[in-house]
Amino acid sequence: MKLKDILACVDGKLVCGESHLEDEVTRGFASDLMSDVLTILEDDIILITGLSNNQAIRTAEMSDISNILLVRNKKPSQSMIDMANELNISLSYTAYSLFKASALLYQQGLKPVY
Amino acid sequence: MAGVAASNLKRLLKQLNIPPLTIKRIIVAVFEAEVNVIAHSYGGRILCDFEEDTIQVQVIDTGPGIPDLDLAMTEGWSTATEEVRELGYGAGMGLPNIQKSCDKLSIYTKAGDHTHLTMLFNLKEDV
Repeated sequence: MKLKDILACVDGKLVCGESHLEDEVTRGFASDLMSDVLTILEDDIILITGLSNNQAIRTAEMSDISNILLVRNKKPSQSMIDMANELNISLSYTAYSLFKASALLYQQGLKPVY
Repeated sequence: MAGVAASNLKRLLKQLNIPPLTIKRIIVAVFEAEVNVIAHSYGGRILCDFEEDTIQVQVIDTGPGIPDLDLAMTEGWSTATEEVRELGYGAGMGLPNIQKSCDKLSIYTKAGDHTHLTMLFNLKEDV
């Protein structure tokens, strides 16, 4: 799925990283626990999380994740946006819950990591 | 803020043309160790030694040491504060993740003293 299709699917809004809208995203990983995110070795994944702080961006950087979708209407802070811009990571948010956003995306064909 | 050291190291490893999967292993381990230093110790330093076939990373804090290392190596066991958990860490995955990511791990620790992690990464096999 392209990032723009993912956002359409969950009624998400892109906050920064417009250049990523055409990114092909193969898999999704949903977690609020960053240590679990760090165990993933696959590329081309989108991180779906309710953890709206700088550590979510930092963890994405460490794991080579280029796209983050925040759930439960957690809008990113300016400091998160600045960091994401600097690291070339796209940040979006949706009002949906982690469960609903993940379920809708899975239904649309976004694959799980495992 | 946790991750600054790992982030700088990642940039350096990319410049050295280390294979991406190896970079990921090293960075995950170093990042987890950095989070541990910030979450649990008074402070510390990270030393990296680059050899042709290996990279050795040492993470040395200034205390207070781990009272029961076997417990600390157990997945899910954690003494992290509420503050650390709110940052998305402290689920007891740090040391287990480090062990999985590196080729050789040795740990010196003693309650009332300090903790010294030595991680070894082989560079050849991930090419």
